[in-house]
Amino acid sequence: MLVSYKWLKDFVDLDGVTPEALADRITNSGIEVEHLTYPGEGLKNIVVGKILTCEPHPESDHLHLCQVDLGSETVQIVCGAPNVAAGQKVPVATNGARIAGHVSIKRTKFRGEESNGMICALSELGVDKALAPYEDGIYVFDDEVPVGADALPYLNLDDAILDLDILVSSAHCMNMIGVAYEVGAVLNRPVHIPVPDPHETDEAAADAISVAVDAGDKVPYYGARLIKGIQVGPSPRWMQLRLIAAGIRPISNVVDISNYVMLEYGQPLHTFDFDAFGSNHVLVRFAGENETIETLDKQQRKLEPTDVVITNGKKAEAVAGVMGGESSEVTADTHTVLLESAIFDPMTIRKAALHLQMRTSASSRYEKGVDRNRVAAASDRAAELLTKYASAKVLRGIVGQGPQTVAEQTITMPWQKINRVLGAGLPPEQISGILKRLGFTAAIEGDTLHVSVPTRRFDVSIPEDLVEEVGRIYGYNNLPATLPEGEAIKASLTPYQKLMRRTEQLMEDCGLNQAFTYSLTTDENAAAYTIHDTDRRPTRVIWPMSEEHAVLRESIVPQLINAVGYHLNRQMTDVAFYEIGKVFLPKSGDPRPDEEEHLAGAITGNRTERNWEGEPQPVDFFTAKGILENLFDALALSDRIDYRPAKREGLHPGQTADVFLDGKVIGYVGALHPAVLKKEELNPTFVFEIAIEPLLRGKQPEIVYSGLPRFPSTARDIALVVKRTVPAADLYHVIQKNGAPLLQSVRLFDVYEGGHVAKDEKSMAFSLTYFDPERTLTDDEVNAVHDRILKACEEECGAELRG
Amino acid sequence: MNVLQEKLMELRRKAFENVESAEDLKNLQDLRVRFLGKKGPITEILKGMGKLSKEERPVIGQLANDVRNAIGNIIDTKKAELEQKLLEKELENEKIDVTLPGRKIRTGSHHLLASVIREVEDLFIGLGFSVAEGPEVEEDYYNFEALNLPKDHPARDMQDSFYITDEILMRTHTSPMQARTLEAHKGKGPVKIICPGKVYRRDTDDATHSHQFMQIEGLCVDKHIRLSDLKGVLTVFAKHIFGEDREIRLRPSFFPFTEPSVEMDISCFRCGGHGCAVCKGTGWIEILGAGMVHPNVLRMSGFDPSVYTGFAFGMGPERIAMLKYGIEDIRHFYTDDIRFLNQFRRA
Ligand SMILES: [Zn+2]
Repeated sequence: MLVSYKWLKDFVDLDGVTPEALADRITNSGIEVEHLTYPGEGLKNIVVGKILTCEPHPESDHLHLCQVDLGSETVQIVCGAPNVAAGQKVPVATNGARIAGHVSIKRTKFRGEESNGMICALSELGVDKALAPYEDGIYVFDDEVPVGADALPYLNLDDAILDLDILVSSAHCMNMIGVAYEVGAVLNRPVHIPVPDPHETDEAAADAISVAVDAGDKVPYYGARLIKGIQVGPSPRWMQLRLIAAGIRPISNVVDISNYVMLEYGQPLHTFDFDAFGSNHVLVRFAGENETIETLDKQQRKLEPTDVVITNGKKAEAVAGVMGGESSEVTADTHTVLLESAIFDPMTIRKAALHLQMRTSASSRYEKGVDRNRVAAASDRAAELLTKYASAKVLRGIVGQGPQTVAEQTITMPWQKINRVLGAGLPPEQISGILKRLGFTAAIEGDTLHVSVPTRRFDVSIPEDLVEEVGRIYGYNNLPATLPEGEAIKASLTPYQKLMRRTEQLMEDCGLNQAFTYSLTTDENAAAYTIHDTDRRPTRVIWPMSEEHAVLRESIVPQLINAVGYHLNRQMTDVAFYEIGKVFLPKSGDPRPDEEEHLAGAITGNRTERNWEGEPQPVDFFTAKGILENLFDALALSDRIDYRPAKREGLHPGQTADVFLDGKVIGYVGALHPAVLKKEELNPTFVFEIAIEPLLRGKQPEIVYSGLPRFPSTARDIALVVKRTVPAADLYHVIQKNGAPLLQSVRLFDVYEGGHVAKDEKSMAFSLTYFDPERTLTDDEVNAVHDRILKACEEECGAELRG
Repeated sequence: MNVLQEKLMELRRKAFENVESAEDLKNLQDLRVRFLGKKGPITEILKGMGKLSKEERPVIGQLANDVRNAIGNIIDTKKAELEQKLLEKELENEKIDVTLPGRKIRTGSHHLLASVIREVEDLFIGLGFSVAEGPEVEEDYYNFEALNLPKDHPARDMQDSFYITDEILMRTHTSPMQARTLEAHKGKGPVKIICPGKVYRRDTDDATHSHQFMQIEGLCVDKHIRLSDLKGVLTVFAKHIFGEDREIRLRPSFFPFTEPSVEMDISCFRCGGHGCAVCKGTGWIEILGAGMVHPNVLRMSGFDPSVYTGFAFGMGPERIAMLKYGIEDIRHFYTDDIRFLNQFRRA
């Protein structure tokens, strides 16, 4: 809402309050002034001149030579505007003046003729060209402005414009009267709203027209005036300038007055050319099935049965609260006007504006709410202005249906609640005083506060609204800063949250950078690299902004692969990322997916730098796996984790393992398939994705302290030859199973193929540590277990002791 | 002085001379054997003591022992000296260029947004808040209706939300956790939570908009919660995150789920309030929205608004980070360029 500081002065005394101060005060008490602008900023030496003579330029077919009286002197000015004429009073940028865009005006010559200044169009003085009248020519003053005077005040270019950010709660400030009440309350100054006089004649409107409403509660009130003898022409200069300041282009007196009253009162009005309306009976009803209307913008519109239309009894002449019809539009030839001032249901208007895709200044006001009790006053105000500026004869009375006014809403509450919620200690008189400043009726009886809320404040209906009104006018900055009192409650991270932080730290200590990627991705990426295969369709949003972000991811790895690609494209070849985030797994029979927290990683390039010690070491499968092993160790889960070779789409069939927790697949680790590397133009890249919740949610084993060992342990190595197809994990299992309880740890320290080992076999050497906390083990005891392990390896894995 | 005495003195002199010029430990060991060994001259002399007179015996014996000890000592001293020299030589050989780079262990970085969230979490845990998490795919009811945004509310624009069905959508804010948490407490306070998480809006990604971003929601409901408590908590927050000298101001605003609603500004940390480019000349920077929980929100989630009051706030970690570090493009947070991420290792 653009608010003219000068216009506001009609209603509230602003003496001693600069526009800056006013903007500050309004902002701090509830309505943000987004911008404060001075339309005349930078202009200099613009005066009112009178064109005494206007002759064609001898050397040009479109320039004129004008002798212009500037009050102090008469000068010759060359002017090229098509509408220039002798006798006009015009704004003149004199020699040495500055016009819009910091352009300086100096004495010059046009085709040999001297020009001492410039006759200006409004756009040359900074007014938006789309709003200015006579957009192709100079501005012409229409009345007695004094020659030689500073022109800016007569063009309202000495004004300041406050741009208010209107929220749902401040819709009552979508008009000048509303803003005036707000400013009056903020400054604690009285507000003066003149009572309009409609200048009614004796002829009764009710004898000429009738109104009927058949639209249930969607039209609480509909009123119409009949106004005759209209002479359509331009509206007065002051009105045009105020409309321009508000961002509305002046059209004609009838249209301008309707817009002006809407700006002033917030009440949308509509004017029909009564002769074109087609009947003297106004019927307001719902649109019929397949009904259409040609609106003012010359578009054929199809109506919905929920739309309310204004009809002549047969045909729709307007879509209620949204836009008028083409056939009864006011034109230059209009003589009689039917003036509508009505109340429509906000939701009905909102729906109509939405489906017709016509958000007009009328519909947006109806949507947000209008003052229920200003509907007649607005009609009176328009009648007053039409009488004055369009020579109108206003017939007596408003012909309407429904109550013109309604009772004010009352709120009763304990006045101390206001202090309790604010944390303030305002005495009751101060509370009622603030409410009275806002124009509310307020009385305190004992503990009780009785408030009657003016209808223009349709945003105030419950006690909490009054808390806000008192708080904002008193000033939130005058409140103390306290901390909540009350019983102490436990506040700490949950075990899951603590472990999550630990996991993040561990990933970073392992060299991975934390990434955040988007949850919405492409159809193709959404279901790629998932931990579990399903044939359920991924979750898609109904109305995506783009196909890039249309479907909810079921895995994180594809997003990390993208991040790796991004870096390779920029010559960064060592890249390591992890991300912890939600994936969205579709469920059957439920549109809402399961949300699961996953940990994913992607690494490529080298894990050490190329440096003075030698060549860098590239990352490989075991780098990725080692990171996971670190994690499982940190979570004390390694005993319950297993790895099995796996074949997965997009991953190398020989370098991929499924990760099991207690025998259930919780994720995978693997190398990207060479075909993927080629397609995505990547270097060898290794990825993992793990469902992290089963890891972190499970009960953590208690830490059991066992003292320091009092007896030595015994180490034995064992080298076994097995078929190449036997996974190391199998031997581990057999060794561990058969070594219990004396076997303390197993470590694989050598894997060897070729040489003396047969072609389809490999040798694996383990270091085994035996230990008993209660005593020193004898050789015989160790040998017994060692032999048992060897035997089991032979039997279960076909292993042979390497000679 | 008799012959033996002279001989011993001569041995001593000779031994000293030899030890003095010994060049290595082997040499020295040879000398020890030669002079002090079982077959050495001193042992010889001592062995031949029986031939001496009663008077001579103790004198020669004493002298022989003194000479032996003196030689032993000089050899020990020399040995220590040689060993020291040897060690020095070894150390010299082991000298390295200590200015060569060390073997670093590569570590990764914590994402700036995660750092901001963690800092806020830790502050509020200290103020007695717990950290709650909620679903990102949300029911229309929790995302809107339970927050006093009925289906036809004008502040509800279908075009701003990623719907999955008419009733299911990507949450547009973390505020649904207000309703969910209150509901879980079954009408009994106190409730003090903060809830960080991802939210989604139908926006075209550009320097200042992102279709996915983070929010941190705060909620405090109890029997005597006041707007002044919100002011106090936010003051602590502003000072903690943006510096001890920060002041805050609350401006009235509007959110459907709070009444009264406020917007919090902090005094500009760049210019201290005089006006600069960061604060657009106003001296103040808008940080977050907050307010007293709307009675309808309390009621719908099972709390009696005549008994309980509360405050809520919502902030954007991206905005906080962008302001704090002068980051010009919100997309940087989701591009994960390591040259960006690594600048915030210490954040
Ligand atoms: Zn500043």
